This record gives sequence, C-alpha cells and structure tokens, in this order.
Amino acid sequence: MRRVVITGIGTVNALAKDVPGTFAALTEGRSGIGPLGFRDADRLTIRIGAEVRDWDPAAHLPAANLPLYDPVTQYALVAGAEAVAMAGLPFGLGARGGVILGTAAGGISTWEDSYRAVFAEGRNRVSPLVVPRLMHNAPASHLSIAHGLQGPVFAVSSACASANQAMGLALQQIRSGAADVMLTGGAEAMLCFGGVKAWEGLRVLAPDMCRPFSLGRKGMVIGDGAGVLVFEEESHARARGATVLAEVAGFAMTADARDIVAPDPDGAAAAMRGALADAGLSPADIGHINAHGTGTLANDRSESLAIVRVFGDHAPPVSSTKAAHGHGIGATGAFEAIACILALSRGILPPTLGFQAPDPECRVDLVHGVARGARVNAVISNAFAFGGLNAVLVLRQA
Amino acid sequence: MTAATRAEIEAAVITILAAQLLLPVSDVAPDARLDDLGLDSLGKVEAIFALEERFAISIPFNANEPDLPEFDFATVPGIVDGVAGLIAAR
Repeated sequence: MRRVVITGIGTVNALAKDVPGTFAALTEGRSGIGPLGFRDADRLTIRIGAEVRDWDPAAHLPAANLPLYDPVTQYALVAGAEAVAMAGLPFGLGARGGVILGTAAGGISTWEDSYRAVFAEGRNRVSPLVVPRLMHNAPASHLSIAHGLQGPVFAVSSACASANQAMGLALQQIRSGAADVMLTGGAEAMLCFGGVKAWEGLRVLAPDMCRPFSLGRKGMVIGDGAGVLVFEEESHARARGATVLAEVAGFAMTADARDIVAPDPDGAAAAMRGALADAGLSPADIGHINAHGTGTLANDRSESLAIVRVFGDHAPPVSSTKAAHGHGIGATGAFEAIACILALSRGILPPTLGFQAPDPECRVDLVHGVARGARVNAVISNAFAFGGLNAVLVLRQA
Repeated sequence: MTAATRAEIEAAVITILAAQLLLPVSDVAPDARLDDLGLDSLGKVEAIFALEERFAISIPFNANEPDLPEFDFATVPGIVDGVAGLIAAR
C-alpha cells in the first residue's frame, strides 16, 4: 500500500496566524477565546468566541482578488500558503495534485451580508460575486488555483467531522493512486451574527469559557480559522528531499444512524477501532489522544465512555485543545491534527484549558493546567459531528 | 398588555409541550414530569423557544447544566412558575 506522509502544515486561527505562533500558544496554554467583536454582537446572548483578531486580508492576499474571497477562503489561502511553503512544494503538480477541504458553513457571512442588503436594507441587488464567494468549494478551488493543482478538488461538509473526513478522503486519494499530493484540512468563518444566533438556539454554547471534560462546563465556544496540511505519497516526498513531519497511518469513519444531535458512544468507539485497524496498530501503540472534547455534557461523557471501551483502564493521556483555538466546526479537525504534529514532533501534549475539577463521569487521564512532556510514537485525533458522524485519524512518527 | 394569569400560562405551557410530544393536551397533566412525558433534548429546546416567543421572555436554560437549572424545566408546575417569574420581571 502507498504510504502517506505530511510534509507541510499551515494555519490561521484565534491563537496565531501561523504554525509557530499556534505551537507556542498551545505549549504555553494560552486561549484565543475572548469577547466577540463583529457587527451586532451586542444583540447576542452568547458574546464570546475564538475570533481571528486584527485580521487584515490585504496584508496577506492580492488586493485585486479580495472581492472574490469570503473570510473562509481568505483563511484557507493564507494557511495553505504557509503549508505549501513549509513543504517546499513545487508549483504546478497538475493532475497529480488535489485539494479536499472541510467546511460546515462555507461563506456564511456572504449569505448574511446579501440577505441583510435585500431584506433589512431594502436594496434590490447584491454583489455579482455572491455565488462564487459563498459556495462551499470556494476555499478548495482557490487553493487549487493558487497552487496549480488539477486533480481531485472538492469540499466536504459534515458539520464538526468535516476536516477529519476531508483528511481521510485525501489519504484515500493518495493511497489509491489518484493523486500524489493533496492539500487538505478545513476552513470555517462562522463567527458572524447569524452564525452565532443559530447556535444559540440549541442551548449548547458556553457564556463564559470552554471547559472540556471538567465539572462546571457550560458548553462549547466557536472558533474561526483554517488549517491546511500537505499530504504526500512517501516516495514522492523522499525523492524531492522534503522534511517529513509525520505519517498519516490510518483513518476510519462511522455513522451512528440514531439521533441527529445526540452522540452515541458505540459509533465513536467503532470509528476509533476502525482507524487503529486501518493503521495496523493496537490500542497500546497509541501515546496520546486529541479528543473531540467540545466541553458539552453530551460529548464529553459519550467520548470518555468510548475511549474507555477502546483503550480500557490504561488509556493514553487525553487533551482537548478546543478551549485554546475554539471549536472550529468544519475546520476543527485540522487545528487538532496540527496539535498532534506538536505532540509527535516535539513531545508536547498541549493542556486542556478551562479545567476546574474532574468529572467522575469522564474517566480519562486529562492533560490540563500545563503541557505534559511525553515521547509518543502514534496519536489519534477524534472528530464527532451532529448527524451522528464519527471520523478518526491516526498519525505516527514517520 | 395585561399580565397573563397563572391559568393562562399553565394552559400555554401544556399546549406547547403537547405540540412537541404530538399528544392531545388532555394527556399532559398540570403536575406532569417532563421525563415521564418523554420529551427529548431537541423537543425541550423547541418548547423553550416556543415559550419565549409566546411570552416575549428569555429563558436562561443551558443544556450542559441540567443539574444546576437557573430555570426548573423538570415539571409543568416548575415551568409555569419560571415563566410567571420571568413575565413579572419583564
């Protein structure tokens, strides 16, 4: 089987607008969560989020192209440029290169702006670029244009599992021989009035802080940004002398086929077991789990139960980095895969922030407070989504 | 607008819960417990939304803190008390 490795990573998120800044913040235990600053945030009940602050797209992208880019595309392009530069990828891989990117809400602020114009402001026309800005494949397609990738290019939209499913499909494209290089990950820009207003109704957002697996938690906190990873067939990477960050060893996805919002530990456990089997690893080979860990009662208890079912009483240390970068929804799996690279390459397990007290119903070895040092050979990264979707990646030292 | 009477609030609570449960209103007793009625988590947030719209109030309910309710959503009388309190504070 063709082995797949990661040769570049890039990100824009609430912690930093690049990988070095994000690694530093994750290591030091800083949170990107703060007061929301967008238009009409004062009309919301929930007024915190992990926004990309002081974002100036013109500092990163050609001014002439900006009218085409919703923020979700801007984040993807900037993260993608960092990942491609790190990988030293030559331009123009043509049909041997592709892009599969996750996003849950696509260009939601473009929808919001155009609806506001016609419904609230009584205007009779909207920008002619509304459709190419808001389409879910805009971030993936603009990455293909920017880097000359003419093979498989599409978006994956499966709520909070989007990025993990995108990365799993990218892995499969390379394994199957359909491509040698794939840019993959996710992008999200849901922190706008309509985006948060929609989430508020479910009563699952925290008004104060995200506290994964901790007593005192009040729910999730949304985060914006993008994470892009360069997946590459191993011999292709070795032949051009690329630095290999990790191997993408395994992937599996399952569907609960039960409830549209409530998680099922059976489905989560099946996805973890499937990903281990795909990687040819046993539970004892895994040194760290980057949990889905949203900080909701439903997820944290279900996920803990699933981890114990798969790993028994000696489960590896667990971190949720969502209280740092926020719940990136369709991008979150990409942020967390990048946190897994930190664990694999530097032996740093990032702390779960916001922790107050152990929840007896979450029997996991939670890394909290400060980062923990540990040499790990392999990690898993969980993503579970509304719709009952579970997607798990296994990364290991290459 | 004149304040809703307790009987009017109770009738509205029962109507809204019955609509979520797909039951006739006669099947939702004035002292019923929501767990006994079988209302799931999405039904609960939809009922809360309907009560907020009906009475122009904001109900402080967080699905992550069912044991520490700022608003007792466990029984019909608890909901009626909570709505009456929020109307009075409006």
